[in-house]
Amino acid sequence: MGPFIVQFLTGLSNASALFLVAAGLSLIFGVSRVVNMAHGSFYMVGAYVAYFAISWLPKGGFWFWGGILIAAVVVGLLGTVVEVLLLRRIYRAPELFMLMATFAVLLVIQDLALWVFGAEDLLGPRAPGLDGSIQILGALMPEYDIALILIAPLVLVGLWFLLNRTRWGVLVRAATEDREMLAALGVNQKRLFTGVFFLGSFLAGLGGAVQLPKGGADLLMDLNVIAAAFVVVVVGGMGSIPGAFLAALILGELTSFGVLFIPQSTLVMMFFVMAVVLVIRPYGLLGKPEGVEHTVSELAQWPLRKASRKLRVTGAVLAAVLLAFPLFAGSFQLILIGEIAMFALACMSLFFITGPGGMVSFGHAAFFGGGAYAAALFVHHVNTPMELALLLAPTCMALLALVIGWFCVRLSGVYLAMLTLAFAQICWAVVCQWGRFTGGDDGVLGIWPSPWAGNEVIFYYLAIIISGGGILALRYLLFTPFGYAMRACRDSRLRAAAIGIHVRRRQWYSFAVAGMFAGLAGGIYVFSKGSVFPYEMSIPRSFDILLSVLLGGIHSLSGPVVGSAAFIGLEDLISRVHFWRLILGSIFILLVVCFPQGIAGYFSARFAKEPGDQEAGSERSG
Amino acid sequence: MRVVRIVMICFAMNFIAAALAVPLSFAGGAITVGEINTYSKLTNFTIPYRNGWRLAVEEINNSGGIGGKKLEVISRDDAGKPGNAVKIAEELVRRDKVALLMGSFFSHVGLALTDFAKRNRVFYLAAEPLSDALVWAKGNRYTFRLRPSTYMQAAMLAEEAAKNPARRWATIAPNYAYGKDAVKSFVRILKAKRPDVQFVAAQWPALFKIDAGSEIQALAKADPQAVYNVTFSGDLAKFVREGKLRGFFKGRFMVSLLTGEPEYLDPLRGEAPEGWLVTGYPWYDIKTRAHTRFLEAYRKKYNDYPRMGSVVGYNMVLAVASMLNRAGDTNTDRMVRAMEGLTFPSPFGPITFRKIDHQSTMGTFVGYTTLKNGKGVMRDWRYADGREYLPGDAEVRSLRPRD
Repeated sequence: MGPFIVQFLTGLSNASALFLVAAGLSLIFGVSRVVNMAHGSFYMVGAYVAYFAISWLPKGGFWFWGGILIAAVVVGLLGTVVEVLLLRRIYRAPELFMLMATFAVLLVIQDLALWVFGAEDLLGPRAPGLDGSIQILGALMPEYDIALILIAPLVLVGLWFLLNRTRWGVLVRAATEDREMLAALGVNQKRLFTGVFFLGSFLAGLGGAVQLPKGGADLLMDLNVIAAAFVVVVVGGMGSIPGAFLAALILGELTSFGVLFIPQSTLVMMFFVMAVVLVIRPYGLLGKPEGVEHTVSELAQWPLRKASRKLRVTGAVLAAVLLAFPLFAGSFQLILIGEIAMFALACMSLFFITGPGGMVSFGHAAFFGGGAYAAALFVHHVNTPMELALLLAPTCMALLALVIGWFCVRLSGVYLAMLTLAFAQICWAVVCQWGRFTGGDDGVLGIWPSPWAGNEVIFYYLAIIISGGGILALRYLLFTPFGYAMRACRDSRLRAAAIGIHVRRRQWYSFAVAGMFAGLAGGIYVFSKGSVFPYEMSIPRSFDILLSVLLGGIHSLSGPVVGSAAFIGLEDLISRVHFWRLILGSIFILLVVCFPQGIAGYFSARFAKEPGDQEAGSERSG
Repeated sequence: MRVVRIVMICFAMNFIAAALAVPLSFAGGAITVGEINTYSKLTNFTIPYRNGWRLAVEEINNSGGIGGKKLEVISRDDAGKPGNAVKIAEELVRRDKVALLMGSFFSHVGLALTDFAKRNRVFYLAAEPLSDALVWAKGNRYTFRLRPSTYMQAAMLAEEAAKNPARRWATIAPNYAYGKDAVKSFVRILKAKRPDVQFVAAQWPALFKIDAGSEIQALAKADPQAVYNVTFSGDLAKFVREGKLRGFFKGRFMVSLLTGEPEYLDPLRGEAPEGWLVTGYPWYDIKTRAHTRFLEAYRKKYNDYPRMGSVVGYNMVLAVASMLNRAGDTNTDRMVRAMEGLTFPSPFGPITFRKIDHQSTMGTFVGYTTLKNGKGVMRDWRYADGREYLPGDAEVRSLRPRD
């Protein structure tokens, strides 16, 4: 019996740690709708600051907890600085842009942390007075875990009191319910948002600091914790603090006992739970559905227009330049341009559902990497020729997207995005674990093009034609009745349904189309690299694609192409220098602040005054 | 006009990229080699590693270079992405015209480069990746590997572990290729030496996301007499701390891969485990002349002590330099032939690149951990020479595809 009780208590202490990180994230999202990717970085900074504060302060229990509190306050102030200097400028930009801004903060903090805190992993100090263990029916349980189990409910009660019994809390809850109404009533939102950001970051820092005696501080903590924190927030219901607590409890216990009964489950347990919860309860355990018409997409203000004559000419010139490129470019430029083209197709397919489709996906790499794997596995196992593999890859991914999409289109907003993430993670785990079939982490090697396409110039043409063709096909689709119906579903579900469009089915099909073209991009990509590894399906890969789309601008049809060129170009440019994440992050921040519509979006808005040009930036759809 | 400008931006970016990529050396006066590693991650390995190879390059160039030419290294960061590594390799080979490629840490990045080397007939020396597949199942004519593989290190530990009377064993390893290979090899070799041994539990925490408390409880439930651990870095620290607090290590024989390397042992400080059987690098106690010379030079240049990564980086460049001296030029076929059977002196003594599978015989140190002045160190260690821990020639031939 003892071991089971201890396993249960261990699960509780894990739950506590999870709750502390997730609470701040949920609070920030609830009020400001910022999907804060930098939350994990605040957690990491909290751990480092607490480490140095505790080793600098005198020894003893009082100073230990004092050091933890100092770290939490420092991180809270850091969050405040980020909010005031960066986020405040872009609250009016689409939600996705705030995602990009916070992602940029994450990149910047990664390199700054390496620079300030050093490369070596730090082992956390033990808590004075709580550094032993107690006997529970013959099994030992660390005292600090017991303390952790008590901290989370204390924080929960404290937050409940703050939100329900103070005026500030009432305002925060009002902002969570309806921001516009609160502003109309004359409440200073700026100060409120800054306060919430301080509190949320404070909690992240606290979470990082109190886990020190359970582990330590290292430079990978930020990315390792952020996915778990998002899972807890979404399972609990975005913006709901008690929901986050409940979700943390469930996830903490399930992972603890999962380790005991299914040791291999560690890769995927959390995401599996999230997928199940979201399928059954689309708004999380304690979340509330958002008002449907309340979230009319900002994108409705930028209706897509067919290509003007000028654009067609430019496109033709671009195509001619690309086709003539091998005449004057070195072989590496060909490879780089080819890669940009393939990546642009993947970006275009994500743009297709995210922009005109209104469904943000955090898991698009499942289809891109999945296409690469489908092609590679056909070649590897049944010696499929390249030409056939390039047909089979998109077909398989269309089928996969039909399965995943069937669940996802029942949701909307961040919940939908997180469900795509969960499915992508499940696909990734399957590829990692099913070593006999997929090669596991060692990947599939030796997937090179057919002999006739082995020459780099021919392969360049192949890549350009497939990618360009895919991009044009997606573009064409947007101006067919299918595309118009899809955009109608995004702009107003109710009205679209009223005129007889089956909203969910339309979204389901568009999801499948996007999956198919991402699969095509992945299929051609694998032949250019010769090998594929689970990394191509992982979360960072999904974010590469998403960031490129945002970089180009979500308003503009040329956004994905421009974004892909900029992303791959930047990545190539700065992989030569140290601290490149700092540079990349700074560029992102600059872009977000100066070009809130993305690069291509900026130019369309800038030159919109010219008569007859493509997108009239300021025109409203009413 | 809009699109024209955008196109111009794209092209401008590529031209800037092209301009920056111009090699810094003058052709003819230098031999340029390409180096790729994951510098932006795993800094506790890659920074000492970079120090190591830079020291070797400096020493070689100060003593006249290679056949009168300077050795120049173009170093790039792959960010841990295999696709990026292949792209960088294309660029190094096609634009920078490097003579050969070397480096990388992660096995999957190493395997991607292995495949690239095969297809493009480029010489590639994998420095750190431990995957067995790199020289065996996926091995090829153009790829060589420096570090002792997962199999070799597991074999070194299994040999010593077999002497322990423990019969009930459990394993814990990160849930990816390295962990799985390390467990598979260890189980196979230990069972061959000790048929009475049985494995009663296998835990697979996610890499760098270990839930140490739960894993320890799950291991304790199986009540093994001995445990083979493959977790490292931050996971290891958590595993050690929770294990101590929960009294798990008491009376159990612990065997642990890589734990004796300063990269992983030093962060544990006073909490370093005692009495664990580990592979590692006791730089403080190695008194051979070759190592002392290296140690002094390293300390002088960096005012720091070397880690295992430093030796890997240092040996990597030494190997390449000796190979280039033997080959006489940078023709890939001649370089491959020069590397096969090449023996070069290193801080760990002479190392040979085997002709049969292109694995080097670089070994590692096997010993027990203990605490000394509040720091974890290795005691009763010995150098395990890699050549004694590789399977027989017939088996190697069956593992490796024909060229």
